[in-house]
Order: sequence, then structure tokens, then C-alpha cells
Amino acid sequence: MKAFGGPAILLDRNDINTDEIIPAKYLTEITKLALKPHVLEDLLLDGKPFAPPLQVMQQARVVVTRANFGCGSSREHAVWVFEVNDINVIIAESFARIFRQNMFNCGILAVELGKDQIESLFTMRGNISIKVDLDFDQITASSDDRDQDDFICAFHLNSFDKELVSAGGWLTYADGKY
Amino acid sequence: MGQTIAEKIFAAHLRDKPTEDNMILDLDVVMCHEITTPIAIMDLVEKDMDRVFDCTKIKAVIDHVTPAKDSKTAAQGKIMRDWAKRHQIRDFFDIGENGVCHALFPEKGFVRPGYTVIMGDSHTCTHGAFGAFAAGVGTTDLEVGIYKGVCSFRTPKTIRIDITGTLQHRVTAKDVILAIIKKISVNGATDKVIEFVGPVVEAFSMSARMTLCNMAVEAGATCGICMPDRVTAEYLWPFIEKEYSSIDGAVEEYRKWHSDADAEYAEQLSFNVSALVPQVTFAFKPDQVKDISEMAGTPVDQIYIGSCTNGRIEDLRDAVEILKGRKLAAGVRGIVTPATPLIYSMALDEGIIKVFMDAGFCVLNPTCGACLGMSAGVLATGEVCASTTNRNFNGRMGKGGVVHLMSPFSAAAAAVTGVITDPRDFKI
Ligand code: SF4
Repeated sequence: MKAFGGPAILLDRNDINTDEIIPAKYLTEITKLALKPHVLEDLLLDGKPFAPPLQVMQQARVVVTRANFGCGSSREHAVWVFEVNDINVIIAESFARIFRQNMFNCGILAVELGKDQIESLFTMRGNISIKVDLDFDQITASSDDRDQDDFICAFHLNSFDKELVSAGGWLTYADGKY
Repeated sequence: MGQTIAEKIFAAHLRDKPTEDNMILDLDVVMCHEITTPIAIMDLVEKDMDRVFDCTKIKAVIDHVTPAKDSKTAAQGKIMRDWAKRHQIRDFFDIGENGVCHALFPEKGFVRPGYTVIMGDSHTCTHGAFGAFAAGVGTTDLEVGIYKGVCSFRTPKTIRIDITGTLQHRVTAKDVILAIIKKISVNGATDKVIEFVGPVVEAFSMSARMTLCNMAVEAGATCGICMPDRVTAEYLWPFIEKEYSSIDGAVEEYRKWHSDADAEYAEQLSFNVSALVPQVTFAFKPDQVKDISEMAGTPVDQIYIGSCTNGRIEDLRDAVEILKGRKLAAGVRGIVTPATPLIYSMALDEGIIKVFMDAGFCVLNPTCGACLGMSAGVLATGEVCASTTNRNFNGRMGKGGVVHLMSPFSAAAAAVTGVITDPRDFKI
């Protein structure tokens, strides 16, 4: 199974929707790669456009956010745009159903943590990097700030979702089984 | 222990149960449109899996951008057309016969009580109005649906919302659902089914029930669902008359799907609508809703009447009740999009189109168009639209534009005054 984790970007807001992740005008693209530069293009944080330095986005492998991430449209493009930007884990308090399902269907990880645990990630100092251990269902967040302790916590992954991730997605799983 | 309607439908379609929390269901209908399907088709072709599980159970339409606006949307349409031909998909609706999926497919009688339905479109929940389990899915789920006729869902949990009281004049299903979303929030029904029950829902037409269920996903719900009854059977009668000896017979048969009295719910809410006034959204989330009086006077640049939420004939009738003999306010653009060719032609016969044109509206062919900001009415930065659609997300109808969701009555009132206005102020 592929490795999950890496440098994290933090999106401090509830209810970030699919149109903010990838606007509808890009839904006419017929390759996933064409979506790449438009990730989170219409996202507003604190009412202001989210515009991280290019390098931060390029290095990120993990997104940490709050509740109801990915609400709105069914467009799987909202998952693909993270996939082509090499994001392989999204950690949130909760996900919208279709977005979450799309993540596992593509064989990438949607990790749900409690409100307090998410809060701990948001209050860590420095730039954080997250390691996901799928054998022990545990994440470890470490910071480049040496005074900041690591934050370790367990998560729960349903066995069916885990099978989808190991199969590499729903199409392969279903093709073999139904 | 009794069962909810969703549990009954799940039990009747169960193919596999990999865990207590996951169920794989057989599908009765797989709906397809040209935005999310071509990429699924191309992936299946590439993987040498270009088959369909049952060509009679696939319903396809080109509706989001039609006629094509550029080479990319033309290519999406062509992929759909070639695929429908290759697999003998007879229920494929192309230009001249096409309309907004969630208005067109019900009109064709494709959805029946007890059915399982998926589509690569979040507003598939609309079809729950027929007592079906209908859910929006992503491209991979759609692909597997097309190829294998199955889809995976979490074991359903249901919120039951009992809608009681009497609606005031010019307060509609749209105002009811906006008020409900405000109450439970955009995350209030995530991963759950919403059952809409009670005397107000029973009195609603199929059109009003579709408006109600259409926006269930804006509260995060997998599906909105109404109990199939006489209203459902009468709507479906032209399509089912060979299967039942009488409408009564169909009504009786449909009762088997109704939730049992002792069914278990995740939550039960009761909502009295007697004091409800017209509702309108502000800002960028569908739960940011106010009474229209609080927003009155907000200037608008464009009026959009259409979409799978409120583009049906009843909605157009509501709008012209206010527009008749009146004109668009100076500087305001009006766009109306009857949701299907049948609705368009009924609107012509009833003189509705003439009223819109006399008021100064641009009448478009059936399409999703401006609803998702892809064509036919995109907003410029800073522009404001009074819209009968279902999403006010930032950038939804064009980058930098602002959308206020409201009923057709309220949108027509804004059209005439140029500012958000209580539609109850207008005399016929
Ligand atoms: S009318 Fe709008 S919400 Fe409805 S299917 Fe079309 S784009 Fe989606």
C-alpha cells in the first residue's frame, strides 16, 4: 500500500464547499492534470481569498480542516484536484458524504478526528507535518518548531473503507467482486 | 422494530453487506449528464471496461451546457452521443428534447416508489419526492453503476421532519426548505436521509415535493424522501396504467414502502409553517437565510428563474402572477429558463412566455445554464442575482458574483422593483 502523509496545510473554516475547491467552469476539462493550478481557487478564509505561497502548496501532502469539508456538488473533480496536487490525506472533523465517498473510491484517505483533536492540530506552533500509520490507525503530527511536542492520536477507519484504499479504489474492488 | 422507507428500499435491493455500516445496493436507474459522465466513459474505455449493465436502466441527457458553448462542451456532448449510440441507450435526450435532468426524468416517468437511483449530480435527491432512494454520487460511483449496476452506501439513518400548519399566500415549498436548512444548518443532515412528512407535504403537488427534496443535499442529506401516495400515483398514472387496475390499486401498493409507525429515527423534528414568511439567502451558504423583510431593498442586477429547484410550470405560473402587466425595473436583466421542452411548450400555450417577454425577460431554452455559472447568464464580479436556484456558494454563478436564493414569487417581485421585495406586497 502507498504511504500516506507529509507536510500539512491548514484550512481553518467549516463547510468548505466543492465550488470553492474547484469552480464549475473547470468541469469541462477532460484531464485531471488540467485541474491542478485551480485548487482552492475560490476559497475564502476570514472573508479573504486563500492564496498560499506556491511552494507551500507544492510541498503539501496533507490538508487539515474543520467540519463538513467538501459539501455541495458531487463533482469528483474536487477530489482529483487534490490528487493531482499530491495531497493524499485530508483530516477533518467531518466530511460531506459524497466527497468522503469519492476520496475512498479514488483510494485516498479521509480521516475523521474529534473536534478537540482537530483543535490541537490547529493550535500547534510552526509548520506541521503529519504521518499516517494505517497498521495502527494512528496519526503523528510533528512541527519544525523544536519547542513544540509531537501530537499523536488514534483514528478509526471502517474496514470496508480500508479495503477500498488497499484495492486502489472502488472500481477495482467492485470489478473483482460483483 | 419497524423500518423507515429508506431501510425498506435498502433491504429490497441489498446485494452485499461488507460491514454492518456498509450496504451494496442493486440499482434501478442510473442517470447520466454530460458534465460528470464523459470522464467516466473515457475511463471505462481506457480500462477496456466499456460496457453498460443494462441499457434500459440508463437514462442520459445533455443538459448543463446546451447548445454547446465552446469546443470543450461540444466534445463532452459528442462523447455522450457516441456512447448512447454504441450501447443502444434509448432514453437519451439531446438537443430539441433535452431539459434539466431532475425535471426531465420525472416527467418521463423514470422514477417510481421504492426505486434506487444514482446520478453523478448532487441534486439527484430531488427524485426522492417519488418515494425513491435517489442519491448523488461522484464519477467513480457512477462508473461502477454504469458498469455493474451497483452502488455502496452507508446503512441509512433518517431524520423525520413533520411539516404542519397552513402556508400563507405566496409562501411556497422553496420558503419551507430554506427555513428548514436555516434551522438544521448545511451540516445538519450529513450522511442521513430526510423524510418529509405531515399535512403540508401531503397537500403539496409533485412539483412542490421536488422543490423540497431538491434542496435536501444543501443540509448535507443523502436523499430527501416523501411517502408515495395518491398525488404520486396520479402524477405517474400515464406511465403505470398498464400495471395497475386503478389509481387506488397503485396507492394501496405504494403504501408498503411507507415508514412504519415504530420505525427508529436519528432525529425527529416538527416544523409549523403557519407563521412562515418568504425566505431569502444572504452571503454564501444555503443556511444563511433571513425573512425577506430583513433583506428588502437590496439592489439586484439580474433575475434568474429556472433550474431543477424552480423551473417547472407551477413555478413559471407563480412568477407571471406578479409579472403580468408589469415590466422589469430599469437596468435589471431578467432570464427565464423553462426546465424542459414540455414545460416550455405548456408555458407557450398558457401565454406565460408572452408575459415574460412583455416584461422584458430573455427566454432561454431548457438548460442548467446560469445556475452553475457555466453559460447563459454568468455574473460579473460585484453583480447580484435574485435566483430561484439552490446554491449561493461563492462564485457559483460567476466569480465575484452574489446569489440570493428565493422563490419564483420573490424573484418576480425583485424583477419588477429592482430590489429584494416581499412578493406578498403585490396585488394581482
Ligand atoms: S439546474 Fe443547477 S442544480 Fe440543477 S442540475 Fe442543473 S446545474 Fe445542477
